[in-house]
Formats: sequence, structure tokens, C-alpha cells
Amino acid sequence: MIKFFLMVNKQGQTRLSRYYEHVEINKRTMLEAEVIKNCLSRSKDQCSFIEYKDFKLVYRQYAALFIVVGINETENEMAVYELIHNFVEVLDKYFSRVVRH
Amino acid sequence: MPAPIRLRELIRTIRTARTQAEEREMIQKECAAIRSSFREEDNTYRCRNVAKLLYMHMLGYPAHFGQLECLKLIASQKFTDKRIGYLGAMLLLDERQDVHLLMTNCIKNDLNHSTQYVQGLALCTLGCMGSSEMCRDLAGEVEKLLKTSNSYLRKKAALCAVHVIRKVPELMEMFLPATKNLLNEKNHGVLHTSVVLLTEMCERSPDMLAHFRKLVPQLVRILKNLIMSGYSPEHDVSGISDPFLQVRILRLLRILGRNDDDSSEAMNDILAQVATNTETSKNVGNAILYETVLTIMDIKSESGLRVLAINILGRFLLNNDKNIRYVALTSLLKTVQTDHNAVQRHRSTIVDCLKDLDVSIKRRAMELSFALVNGNNVRGMMKELLYFLDSCEPEFKADCASGIFLAAEKYAPSKRWHIDTIMRVLTTAGSYVRDDAVPNLIQLITNSVEMHAYTVQRLYKAILGDYSQQPLVQVASWCIGEYGDLLVSGQCEEEEPIQVTEDEVLDILESVLISNMSASVTRGYALTAIMKLSTRFTCTVNRIKKVVSIYGSSIDVELQQRAVEYNALFKKYDHMRPALLERMPVLEKATTNGPTEIVQTNGETEPAVLETKPPPSGLQPASQANDLLDLLGGSDITPVIPTAPTSKPASAGGELLDLLGDLNLTGSPVSAPAPQIAQPSFLLDGLSSQPLFNDIAAGIPSITAYNKNGLKIDFTFERSNTNPSVTVITIQASNSTELDMTDFVFQAAVPKTFQLQLLSPSSSVIPAFNSGTITQVIKVLNPQKQQLRMRIKLTYNHKGSAMQDLAEVNNFPPQSWQ
Repeated sequence: MIKFFLMVNKQGQTRLSRYYEHVEINKRTMLEAEVIKNCLSRSKDQCSFIEYKDFKLVYRQYAALFIVVGINETENEMAVYELIHNFVEVLDKYFSRVVRH
Repeated sequence: MPAPIRLRELIRTIRTARTQAEEREMIQKECAAIRSSFREEDNTYRCRNVAKLLYMHMLGYPAHFGQLECLKLIASQKFTDKRIGYLGAMLLLDERQDVHLLMTNCIKNDLNHSTQYVQGLALCTLGCMGSSEMCRDLAGEVEKLLKTSNSYLRKKAALCAVHVIRKVPELMEMFLPATKNLLNEKNHGVLHTSVVLLTEMCERSPDMLAHFRKLVPQLVRILKNLIMSGYSPEHDVSGISDPFLQVRILRLLRILGRNDDDSSEAMNDILAQVATNTETSKNVGNAILYETVLTIMDIKSESGLRVLAINILGRFLLNNDKNIRYVALTSLLKTVQTDHNAVQRHRSTIVDCLKDLDVSIKRRAMELSFALVNGNNVRGMMKELLYFLDSCEPEFKADCASGIFLAAEKYAPSKRWHIDTIMRVLTTAGSYVRDDAVPNLIQLITNSVEMHAYTVQRLYKAILGDYSQQPLVQVASWCIGEYGDLLVSGQCEEEEPIQVTEDEVLDILESVLISNMSASVTRGYALTAIMKLSTRFTCTVNRIKKVVSIYGSSIDVELQQRAVEYNALFKKYDHMRPALLERMPVLEKATTNGPTEIVQTNGETEPAVLETKPPPSGLQPASQANDLLDLLGGSDITPVIPTAPTSKPASAGGELLDLLGDLNLTGSPVSAPAPQIAQPSFLLDGLSSQPLFNDIAAGIPSITAYNKNGLKIDFTFERSNTNPSVTVITIQASNSTELDMTDFVFQAAVPKTFQLQLLSPSSSVIPAFNSGTITQVIKVLNPQKQQLRMRIKLTYNHKGSAMQDLAEVNNFPPQSWQ
């Protein structure tokens, strides 16, 4: 199950967030900051799946923007990885000339 | 008032803020403007304002004052209003807010709206945040829409149904008829959501699961079409047709085929086909293969298919892509229990992954490596794992060390190898080793009798340079204390013996004692070791005496107690010292399973679980021992020397031994440690051999040992079949007065030829009016079969005052001791 879907830039500013489980609003900002910290500390040749607390993060970087999806153990990580790319392609198609930051 | 700014403007403005404080200011200003606009009940701009509010909410600012506005937007007739209103409802409202119920009517109307897009909005919102009441009210509408021919609505209705079922599982049956021809659709959107709905239903109800098994052929057909069909621009992702739907179908097949032979058989072909035909050059194909492998491993597939699956995983391990390697390691971990041999074939690749840079991959590889260690590969694997322990991140070290210890214990090819491995772990990751490893290691070392000299030499060398790693220092101190004589005599066979003098050994132990880095527990080990050396060393006894007496005034209570007791050993009881400090015999690790596992350290037995309550603190034993001495009167009793507890001062074992009345210390020197060792087996008898006890209680009459002031104590007896000198007495204390007796403590003492063991009582309160009893078990060892006599001391609080009484019990029936 997908727990949340985030688009955060490198400076930690949230560009898009959608939570599918209830998370307190002040906890959200904390979560987003921690998640982006985890993603930023990864290098290019490390895998895109991070084990964080009791669930997993699947992240993908597009220029200065990180798309992070939090999933639980029933999800296929690689399918979610594809889903992220699919989402970006849809955004690209729908809003032509997308600038990512 | 000027028109409120558009959302885009707001976003641009906020982005110009250079600090958090600036951003907050801008947002507060805008919120104020929005609030006043809401107050004016402005219909034209409400939509715009709520949109801005939602954006600010996403950035983390409170937006609850917009909730009612969302409801107003939903009730509006304009589509643009409804759109924002429903979005706001999804983001801001949930069942925690009371106002959400006001939406129910609106949603109901919109579900029957003439425009499909409005119906779609309503379905989306209900499926996102609908509470149980709302779901109950509107389930009928959703079910109706599930049967419509409009695929746009059908797919949304299916997802909404999933949410309804999650919230109100009883309504599941209601959706059953509608699912009949869901899979007949051509539209992938409907197919996808239908599969999700079916999956949800099967996961929640085994009846549904049985019912839907008949859909397996249809699912197989759909999957086949997806694979075989040519290029379809609508659904293509990097050359594969609708991989998301394929993954979903595979997952549903997994649930349907689990534990069911017929379904599993029906899927075998298609799974093999997917596994072999899918393109593996891109991530998409690998995602599908991964799901296929998971399905194959979970259902009752034939062995050929399973081998195929593991080989796919093996191939994944060789792939350059990290994601795939991670996923492969995860799956292999899941399958290693069931298909051990197949996974073993990929062992070398897995071990290579230990050297990967990625933390997640390393962790997986480590877990998998431990699962793959067996008698044949243990040497090679250990080499790799030790190397890994050297170089891995600190977060892994504890787990890795524990894993190595476990594996070494199970598969060690020789004792020397085992000890070498342990030494290596202690020296590389000494501070990360878990606390329970120390007693285990000590026990292991005592067992390898021929390796003592070698072990102590290596340990000595290890702490010579560095004594900061606590577990290492603890084990080393213990060994030096025990085998110090071997160390200075230089008799090591396995290795070049080193020249060590007694003073050098004492130097290192004293530095451990003084060092700031040493934990209190470690200091205890060191002090005891120094004390033991007083019998093993010949020229430095005075130095040892000095050290021990210094610590008699240590601030650390534990050290002080030990030092004082050791001092007493030097002064008053010097004749007993050699006997007491003799070499430890080989410790038997009781390998009973379950609650009676006992680990022995330093002659203490520490039963892992006592059926009764935890014992009081370690300070009590000293006083109780003294009390018992008082009980039995003066000079004919040899005093009790409580053995110093090791790392667990409040352990049950220490407490029990200290309660023993007196030890049979006369006779040969061997007998001094002997009673301590005999006691362990004695205790072992009692604790683990309950079934061995032939309950001849019927044969032995019970007695009333004490009956005064309303307190009555009965003794019931049991004799052991295996050990006829053991009598188990169960005391029952009852209270016939009208007030409870609290803080009840029962103490007993027996004459010199007996040994006594008192287990923990069931409680310390005896309720009034005989409404309950305290039970306590006493074990008496009577090797000389003398007549049983006992003095008991009772202390308790009653009617607000402390009571105490002494009594002698002489009326033991002959069957209890003969």
C-alpha cells in the first residue's frame, strides 16, 4: 500500500504532497525533512529503495526534484519505481514545457 | 476590496521568500485576507481562496477554517467549484471532523448527477475519506455504479468499493453480484481496478477466496493476451504492454493459488511463459519478473518452476542495477528456508554483495549469508564475514557479531578455530558485542580444557594494548583470573609462549580497575580476577591484599561489597581461601529448551525464568544469611560466604545461593566448590525435572508446622525418584484473622548436615479470613538421611505493627527424610 507521495526539492521545500494515511500536520513537515535528508545522502550508485522506520521509501531524482513514495511491504518496489516514472511522463505530457525545480 | 490573487500569484510570491520567517509572514497575510473574504460570503472567489488555502496546507500551515468553505463549494452547481471543494474535502476532512457528515447528502446527489465527471468526483472523494457511516449510507449507490456500462465510472466505482469494504467489511457480500462480469471488460482501467477489488475481497474473506478461485482461468487468459498482444500505444511502457496490470494480476494469482493445488496447476504454464518471455533489459521487465518470482515461490508450484524462479533471482544478482540486486537479495532471504539447496548455488554471488557500497544491499547480503552457513562452507564463509565485520558500518556490527557467534557455535570445525574466531570478533568489534555473549563465551572457554593456556595468552595480549572494549575486557579478566598461573608459567602449546610476570598481569588488571573507560561490571570482573590470582600466584599475594583492601572503601557499592568480602577471606577465613578460589570445573550448559535453560557463570546458577516473582535486591542476601546464622545459634555453625555475584547482582541464582543456610564446608578441599557445583545439579533437578518427581505426596502426610496468632503454616512433602536425598516441601501460609498480613517473609534454617534451598514465594500478602494462601517451595538435601529438623523465622506486618516469631519444626514425618 502506498502511504504517501512526495515531491520535494533539494533544499527540502515540498512541492507536492499527498498522504494516504492520517499523519498529523506538524509531523508531516518533520517526515518530509527526514525523508529528503535520507535521499540526499545517497550516492548515484546506491539503490533507490531505502528502509526507513517500519516501511520503505522508493525515490527517484529528476534534476533538482526528488519524488519519494512511501510504501509498505506488500508493494512491489520496482513496480512503484516504474509508477513514479509514469507519473512524471504524464505530467510532462499534460503540462508541456515543464520546468522542474 | 480588491479581487483576491490567483493561486499562481501566491505560489510565485511564496517562492520569492528567502527565509522561513519571510514565508510565514506572507502566508499569514494571505490567510488573513482569505479569512475576511470567507466572512464576506463571497461566492465568486471562494474557489480561488480555497485553492490557495490547500496549497498553504500542503506546505504545512493550518487550514482548518476552510473546512466549511469546502462544503459550500461542494454544494455549488458550478463544476469548477465542485472540483476544488471535493479536493479540499479529501485533503482537509476526515472522520475525525464532525462536519464531514454534512457531505453525505451532497455526495449522494452527485453520485446521481447527469454529468459523469461530477459523479466521478463524488466517487473519488467517497473512496478517499468516507467514514463508516457515510459508506453505509452510500454503498447502494456505489454498487449501482459498479454495474454501469460507462467504463469511466465503473473503474472509479470499483476503487470506491474497495474503500467501502475496508471501512465496513460486512458490506462485502453486497458487491458480490456486481463482480460477476467485471473481468469481461476490455478497458484496462476497469480491469485494473476490478483486480484490485477482487484482491481486497479475497484477502479479507476466505469464503470469497474460495469463490473467486474459479476466476483463475480467466485471469490467466487476460495475462496471456497482455503478453502476446502486439504493440498497443495506449498501454505501452518501454515495450511492455500495461506492466502495472500484469503485476496486479500476478499478485491476485498468488493469493488465489496459495495452498491450492488445482489453481496452482492452472497457473503453472502462464508463470513459466511470463518468466521466460519477459524482456529483462529494462526495469519494467524486471519488475514483472520479480512479481512472477514472488508468485511462484508462494503457490504450490512444481519444482521445475521453483528452480527457474531461483535462477532468475540468481541472474538478478549479477545485474548491474542496484535496485534489482536489492530486490533479488530480499526474495532470496524469503526463500532460503524452503529452497535452501537452490539458494546455496548462488552463495558466492551473495558473498560478493557484502562488499557492495549500498547499505540496504549489505544488510540483506549479511542476513542471507548467515542463513547459508552450514558445516561445509563454514570456514570460507567465516573468513568473508569476519572481513565484513572489520569494514562494515557500526549499525551492522552488533548483528554481525551475534550472527558470527551463533554460526560458529553451530558449525565450528574445531575448538581452536572456534576460539580464534571469537577472539577475532572480540578484538575487531569488541564494544558492539551483545551483553549475553560474555557468559556464553566464558562457558565455551571453560569447556575447551586443552585450550586454556592458549586462550588466556591470546586474551592477555589482546587487552595489553587496549582495554576499552568492555565485553573483551570482561572475558579476558575472567580468564586471567582463572588461568593466570598458566599464563605466567609460559606453557602454551599452540603458540609461542610469552614471558609474563605476575606483576605484569596484576598491572593490567589494576589498570582495568582504575580506568575511566571501564564499566562497573567490568571492574567487578577485574577485582574478582585479582582475588582468584591470590591462590594461583605465589609472590604477589601481598600486593593483591593491598589492592583488595583499597577497594573496601570504593564509592561503587558493588566493588565495595566484593572488596570487603575478599578482605574477610584474607583475614578471618584464610584457611578457606584456597578451597573457595579453586579452578572452575567444566561448566555444563543445560541445553533444555524453554523456560528451564540455565547458564552458569562463576558457580552461580541463574535460572532464566522462575515461575514465581522476581527476587528482592542483592543486598538482602547478606542480611538474610546473617539472620539464619542467628537462627541456628553460635559456634557450631560455619559461616556463610556469599559468592560474589557476577554481572547480574539481582539475579535469582545469586539470591538463592545466598539464602542457603550453611554450606557443608568441612572435609576435603574439593568439597568447597563441590557443594556449589552439586547445588547446580540439585537446582537443575528441581527446576527442570518436575515430571521426574514422583508425587508420593499421597504417601507422605502433611504437617502443620506453625499455628499461632491466626497464622498457620502447613508443610506438604514430595520426594524425588531420581535423587532420594532431596525432599521438596511446599509451605502454605494462611491467615484466619480479620486483617491481611503484609510483607510476609518466611526464612528457614537447617542443621549442618543438610542443605536448604528456598524458592521465591508466590506473594508477600496473606489475605484475611483464610481467603488465600502464600505458597513457597523449600528443597532440602539430606544426603546423610538424618532426621529433618528446621528452625523457621516469620516476619510480617499485621494490624499496623511489625510481627516476628521464631519456631522450631520437629514433627516431620519419617517418610519425608528416610
